[in-house]
Amino acid sequence: MTDHAHALHPPTTTGLDNRKVAIWTFIGSECLFFASLISTYLVYKGRDTRGPTPDEILQIPLVTFGTALLLFSSLFVVLALNGAQSGNRKRLILWLGMTIVCGLFFVGMQVYEFQHFVHEGLKMQTNLFGASFYTLTGFHGTHVTIGVIWLITVFITALRGKLPPERALNLEIAALYWHFVDVVWIVIFPVVYLMK
Amino acid sequence: MSTSAVSHPGHVPAAAHAEKTGIWSWITTVDHKRIGVLYGASAFLFFLIGGLEALLLRIQLGSPENTFLSPELYNQLFTMHGTTMIFLGIMPLSAAFFNFFIPLMIGARDVAFPRLNAFSFWVFLLGGLFLNSSFLFGAAPNGGWFGYANLTSRQYSPGLNIDFWVIGLQILGVSSLAAAVNFFTTVVNMRAKGMKLMRMPMFVWMSFITQVLLLLAFPVITVALILLMFDRLFGTMFFTASLGGDPLLWQHLFWIFGHPEVYILILPAFGIVSEILPVFSRKPLFGYAAMVFSGVFIAFLGFGVWSHHMFATGMGPIADTVFALGTMLIAIPTGVKIFNWIGTLAGGSLQMKTPLYFCLGFIAMFIIGGLSGVMHASPPADLQQTDSYFIVAHFHYVMFGGSMFALVAGAYYWWPKMFGRMLSEGLGKVHFWLMLIGFNLTFFPMHFLGLHGMPRRVYTYPAGLGFETMNMIETVGSMILGFSFLVFIYNMIVTARRPADAPADPWNGATLEWSIPSPPQEFNFADEPEVHSRDPLWERKRAHGGPLPEPQRVSGAGIHLPNPSFWPIVTALGVASVFISIMMVHTIGPIGIAAAVLFFFFGVFKWAFEPAG
Amino acid sequence: MDSHAAAPQGHEDAAHAHPGPGLYVKIGIVLFVLTGLEVAAYEIAHRPGALGAFLKPIVVPVLLLLSAFKFALVAMFYMHLKQDSKLLSGLFVFPLIIATVVIVSLIALFIYHYTYQRGML
Repeated sequence: MTDHAHALHPPTTTGLDNRKVAIWTFIGSECLFFASLISTYLVYKGRDTRGPTPDEILQIPLVTFGTALLLFSSLFVVLALNGAQSGNRKRLILWLGMTIVCGLFFVGMQVYEFQHFVHEGLKMQTNLFGASFYTLTGFHGTHVTIGVIWLITVFITALRGKLPPERALNLEIAALYWHFVDVVWIVIFPVVYLMK
Repeated sequence: MSTSAVSHPGHVPAAAHAEKTGIWSWITTVDHKRIGVLYGASAFLFFLIGGLEALLLRIQLGSPENTFLSPELYNQLFTMHGTTMIFLGIMPLSAAFFNFFIPLMIGARDVAFPRLNAFSFWVFLLGGLFLNSSFLFGAAPNGGWFGYANLTSRQYSPGLNIDFWVIGLQILGVSSLAAAVNFFTTVVNMRAKGMKLMRMPMFVWMSFITQVLLLLAFPVITVALILLMFDRLFGTMFFTASLGGDPLLWQHLFWIFGHPEVYILILPAFGIVSEILPVFSRKPLFGYAAMVFSGVFIAFLGFGVWSHHMFATGMGPIADTVFALGTMLIAIPTGVKIFNWIGTLAGGSLQMKTPLYFCLGFIAMFIIGGLSGVMHASPPADLQQTDSYFIVAHFHYVMFGGSMFALVAGAYYWWPKMFGRMLSEGLGKVHFWLMLIGFNLTFFPMHFLGLHGMPRRVYTYPAGLGFETMNMIETVGSMILGFSFLVFIYNMIVTARRPADAPADPWNGATLEWSIPSPPQEFNFADEPEVHSRDPLWERKRAHGGPLPEPQRVSGAGIHLPNPSFWPIVTALGVASVFISIMMVHTIGPIGIAAAVLFFFFGVFKWAFEPAG
Repeated sequence: MDSHAAAPQGHEDAAHAHPGPGLYVKIGIVLFVLTGLEVAAYEIAHRPGALGAFLKPIVVPVLLLLSAFKFALVAMFYMHLKQDSKLLSGLFVFPLIIATVVIVSLIALFIYHYTYQRGML
């Protein structure tokens, strides 16, 4: 442990890095954000005065594929982190790249889904399902997009050789955010798509 | 845990950027003490604006069927008065003290994330300025501070007023959330050696609990505001009954935030009083553990009582009962605190100085406010009280009589530490008596007015209903109350002209902030302190056999401090631009939002990749 | 944990018992299978037949259980909560409890309000 490392990571009361405590604190707060959106969706479920209804329009196969992508992306980022922590640069770059690809595909799937729905006559202004669906999944999608941008940033620092094991925490923090975004989707997927 | 007296390679020693003056040093400051002063000054100015709004309201209400204010202007003024006092007054005044004193009281050199701290301040300032800029457009928010749907829908509020409100509060929410993450992490992770949780000063404990409330409550109002914004800007129907929406969803979401919010407003005040009473009674706080657990219990239970704001909405008897019980239950830990404050005073050797006066005023006023609050807890009783001046009386007793009295007490108490000068005792006492008398003249009659049937949120009332005399008394009282703040301002000015020669420990304090010079040096502590008790300074004085020698100012060479930074304010401007661009989406289109988002990301990336400091 | 108080995060993790990539892949497969089960439960519940009739009334709790299990797996293993300080678990679990209370309360309040208003109580 060098003096420089000591200065970068001063001792803390719990022994945990401040940034790690902070990201978990932020994630805790975000639970209430998504809880409020999910509550709104559930409270308004079935109260539409006009269609299209979820039954008529949701495409389970496409979204299941997207769900699988997001789940695998969580696996991939853990593998990338493992690579970062053990100094295995190839593993880090490969799996972080794969994570980003999965994330981009997920966002792409959502964009396609939204466009398709609009084409089918479901806009935010159409009915309560449209309003609450787009708001809930749209905000989740925004979180995914921010996650992708964050991961790309970390990816570039890794490519530049600036993500050695001592700096692996940078990826760990981004990965925690990414897992959270995945975990929120784990709740949204059945609630929105599989419960009629 | 080692000290930081060792020089670290690659970091700028404190002496190299000794406390600079000049506006640029304030814009780029990341020093929690300076940020605290910025919060305090801005909040006090906003508070005065809110007070002016109140005085205008009181002039209008001073006589029946008055025409001093139009109904439209009245609605804007009472909405802005409430919004300003809560979000731009009490919360940032509390934040001023969090900023200045949490690191000092836990023995830290700064907060966990100094640049994030600066960012929080700038976002708050921009949010407050944005909200108030609405007056320039003649479109200040006018739907009440609680913005009930569907009055706030585009149909019934077609102008920009509510848009300013929705966007302004969203901006302020970002500030509060960022600060909450920061202070939570700071308290968890940056305490001095030996400072276990159950040895922390009560102000730190109550502030810590407040951060938890902020983290859990603000996301809920964020969602409520998003839904309302979507209704207004994009034509959704979340709160439009004819299309299946339910205005009551707004009320639920708002009050799930709103009730924890009132505990956010009062807990720091509780903490301040729990600091001052022991020092001025010259004995330790009575029942420390009970004070901690009652604070935790109040916060936790505070999430279960929100619909007591909705007893008149026809929720049904089961819902009414559940929330009534929770509300009554919450009186218990509150009562515990009051008894423990009295227990602290009892048998103490009281220093009758201004901070203590304001704390005694706090206890008395808060008891009155708490009693009326418990009266609202019964749904049948509340059916008469709700939407009447009885409620106005209640919340002013707890928020002004409670929070403001405590915050003012904190100002007098901590002024020497912050500015190196003691506020005048004589003027302080004049301030106190004028404030106490003015406050009670203004708000006590409201209990009777309310029970006699005067509704809230009305711009005038007819003659002959028996409301005239009390309204007139309240108006006179409000002028006295306003004048008391002129005395306070005069005190500040007169004090500023005196030399900065206050001692480190003018009150015989118990906590760490009194162990360093007044005002503190940039690095706070020359050597990181170690504590062994709840009252570390009293413990040191006991061991020393008397008062400690005046701490000397040292060079601070070799102490690592974070560099000042320009990126927090840039990123804050980015946040404000994103929200404002959303408000203007029908004028500037998605491309405008995209540009603002890019600007925001520019600030974020510059911040993230700034060389470490 | 405290003996690593001053260690940079990377070293801290290396010093703990650390699941290898193999375990992570296995969990990934389990997550995939669970997702498949969720979709299968949904499909079967909406098909005619004995199995569908059996599954339909309990499909919501089944889905919630499956997703809760996935949630826990990601939180405990991918987000490392199982090996990390309990403080971090607390930082996640406590808001989750409040979040659940909020969701359940709002659903209950709205159902109750709806039925009460229509004199169905």
